[in-house]
Amino acid sequence: MNILNFLKLSEKVKVTIDGMPVEVEPGTSILNAARQIGGDIVPPAMCYYSKLEGSGGKCRTCLVKVSKGSEKDPRPMPKLVASCRTNVMDGMEVQNITSPEVVEARRGIVEMLLINHPLDCPVCDQAGECHLQDLAYEHGAEATRYEFDRRTFDRIDIGDKIQLHMTRCILCYRCVFVADQITENRVHGILGRGDHAEISTYIEKAIDNDFSGNVIDVCPVGALTDKTFRFKNRVWFTKPVEAHRDCPTCSGKTTLWYKGEEVLRVTARKDEFGEVEEFICNTCRFDKKETKDWVIEGPKKVSRQSVINSNHYDQLQPAQVVKKNLELMEANKEQFERATKF
Amino acid sequence: MGRKLLLEHINVPGINTLEVYRKTGGYRAVEKAIKTMSTDEVVEEVKKSGLRGRGGAGFPTGMKWSFLAKPEGVARYLVCNADESEPGTFKDRYLMTNIPHALIEGMIVSSYALGANTSYIYVRGEMMPQIRILEKAIAEAKAAGFLGKNILGSGYDLELYVQPGGGAYICGEETALLESLEGKRGNPRIKPPFPAIAGLYGCPTVVNNVESIAAVVPIINDGGEEYAKIGIGRSTGTKLISASGNINKPGVYEIELGVSVEDFIYSEEYCGGIANGKRLKAVVAGGSSVPILPANLILNLVNGDKRLMSYESLSEGGFTTGTMLGSGGFVVLDEDQCIVRNTWNFSRFYHHESCGQCSPCREGTGWMEKVLHRLENGHGKMSDMDLLVDVSKKIEGNTICPLGDAAAWPVASAIRHFRDEFEWHVRNPTLAVKENFGLAHYADPLPELVS
Ligand SMILES: Cc1cc2nc3c(=O)[nH]c(=O)nc-3n(C[C@H](O)[C@H](O)[C@H](O)COP(=O)(O)O)c2cc1C
Ligand code: SF4
Ligand code: SF4
Ligand code: FES
Repeated sequence: MNILNFLKLSEKVKVTIDGMPVEVEPGTSILNAARQIGGDIVPPAMCYYSKLEGSGGKCRTCLVKVSKGSEKDPRPMPKLVASCRTNVMDGMEVQNITSPEVVEARRGIVEMLLINHPLDCPVCDQAGECHLQDLAYEHGAEATRYEFDRRTFDRIDIGDKIQLHMTRCILCYRCVFVADQITENRVHGILGRGDHAEISTYIEKAIDNDFSGNVIDVCPVGALTDKTFRFKNRVWFTKPVEAHRDCPTCSGKTTLWYKGEEVLRVTARKDEFGEVEEFICNTCRFDKKETKDWVIEGPKKVSRQSVINSNHYDQLQPAQVVKKNLELMEANKEQFERATKF
Repeated sequence: MGRKLLLEHINVPGINTLEVYRKTGGYRAVEKAIKTMSTDEVVEEVKKSGLRGRGGAGFPTGMKWSFLAKPEGVARYLVCNADESEPGTFKDRYLMTNIPHALIEGMIVSSYALGANTSYIYVRGEMMPQIRILEKAIAEAKAAGFLGKNILGSGYDLELYVQPGGGAYICGEETALLESLEGKRGNPRIKPPFPAIAGLYGCPTVVNNVESIAAVVPIINDGGEEYAKIGIGRSTGTKLISASGNINKPGVYEIELGVSVEDFIYSEEYCGGIANGKRLKAVVAGGSSVPILPANLILNLVNGDKRLMSYESLSEGGFTTGTMLGSGGFVVLDEDQCIVRNTWNFSRFYHHESCGQCSPCREGTGWMEKVLHRLENGHGKMSDMDLLVDVSKKIEGNTICPLGDAAAWPVASAIRHFRDEFEWHVRNPTLAVKENFGLAHYADPLPELVS
């Protein structure tokens, strides 16, 4: 490859998202470009997971409008696109919260995700760190229009450490990708189709290998939970502390969740988008629950996703474009009202 | 009589065998293409013919072929979509049952044009008899030297395999079909990449419907220009229509594109009119996925002209007053049929067949089915119609594959054109369970256009 070509390839492309420009590597998805800008223009992502190859495109919460395709082909894209699976082009203009159409479509998606959800947050271990709760709170409607029985499944134990509560699952496929890519043997997947599809193992076989516990961390809802932590406490009463240990199997970098002196649970460390930084092994997660097992680094900075941070939510910072346009203000009205309640 | 290209010899006894098929001029296209034409020339003829995909979307076949990526040293595949599962559509099955060699011959010519040395026919799993028939036909063609190594001494090799499908409607969506063919769960892929770049096993692939592939045979025999002379405008050639419902002569008909809908329904050559002396109420013109139209809109355009059986004429007026040719599943409903029940039935199908990958389709199809079920059974509310339209809008355009749209359109169009029938169901819950709304004004002449 000659040097000119090389320079050309690594040349950054310029995109504008909700009026905010950013330069990114070619091949970056719209979602990741938005994450580089940060703030409220980042589309919510319930199924995409940057560490899992092939993830994304399914939940449709990250839909955005491409109002200008690229410098070369400025036509807008005919439909809303999944920002997690659509790559940027040079000169592309994207609208997320500045498009009433996107706000409306997203409200529709959230409604769909909730019609069959049991809404059992009061008894769900995930409450307080559940992405579906956040999503419903930020983008959902106040009441449901669904008047039928909700779909239910029996709870099943997949192994002695993990419980599957399929009724809460949003079929994001993340756990399937984890099992496929992080563990040695994938023993679970999706059975059935449509709204009767379910995550399952082959004849309730236990999920049992060194990294299987990671399915708990990637699950955006309370469908896969840690049985060693089940019903022990609400997450907002626990204090997260970063710690590490010398582990032969994984990086050993974790978050310990303390109640008083007691380590109630161990998880991988998560970034501001709720994704784990490094997957951890089951020994660290399930078996090392004594302070003496760990080297403590210090308290974890709690993300805005979490009620552990109650009363310290980051404020919604509407893009300038939104503030200037009455129609857009109207489309985002509910979000603003909620933000100003604090 | 309209010209027949695919079904011309359907009544010749033994046409399912290679011997008789050969006597009626079969396998001439293979000889002509492989011995006298370059691969590009075959593609060029198909382009000239104006043939459009017969699987539903109507994408020009020649153009699809020319998009196929041709990287050095990478296999290319041709996959025939014989998963035919769209309610109201049964033409591919008819063709494969009766003249299997028409498909095999088309597959050989098309594979040659695309430079594919391995090709697959993915047949709907329930069609076991047709799978046997195709396998037998392939064995015959192989024995005669039309398949296998060094076909007709040309140096061109082709192996053709039949694959029984995974037993789901969604496996007919081309990328789900490829997943299923690879032995995986039949979930549609997220596009791009399109199959022309990365299809089967990540290699460049063309997926075509049975009828599209069979149509390549007359195109090569007579030339693309001859083929393009049949039909009207950009709807060239002949099309197989699966006619069903309340007509005197249900069955598969080969029409020259451009006959009027009225002729198709009422002439003796085709459907032979509405059965039992009843009157026409509505038509689903292109398989369950396309918008349903009331009698007055299916027979005539808003400007008063007759509506024709062509891609353009059927979609004239967009979704406000038009529909689509789709896969050619022509379902006729007479005055005794209930549109609410029909819509519920279609909706039930899409609910059952959604693969469940994307949230709007997975949840929305079930929701619509439940609302329609309650409307049909006398528990509906006046607000249900708006709710259904709204849910269908939340699905349409927001999903991975077109099944979401296909589930949304029948519901939205039924309410668009038959709203008073839905409202009648809500107002007369007990009566609606026993009786039907009838023809009402759905066959009344369209109001004069005010210019
Ligand atoms: C849900 C769904 C089901 C489909 N089923 C079929 C089918 O059974 N047969 C078929 O030929 N095409 C079917 N299609 C269309 C295919 O995706 C594809 O467009 C077609 O096979 C292309 O062939 P053509 O260009 O020759 O029409 C289906 C599409 C969708 C979205
Ligand atoms: S169990 Fe959790 S991670 Fe797995 S598909 Fe369901 S919601 Fe996603
Ligand atoms: S639209 Fe429906 S069938 Fe298509 S991928 Fe999504 S859930 Fe599956
Ligand atoms: S995050 Fe993009 S579709 Fe789910």
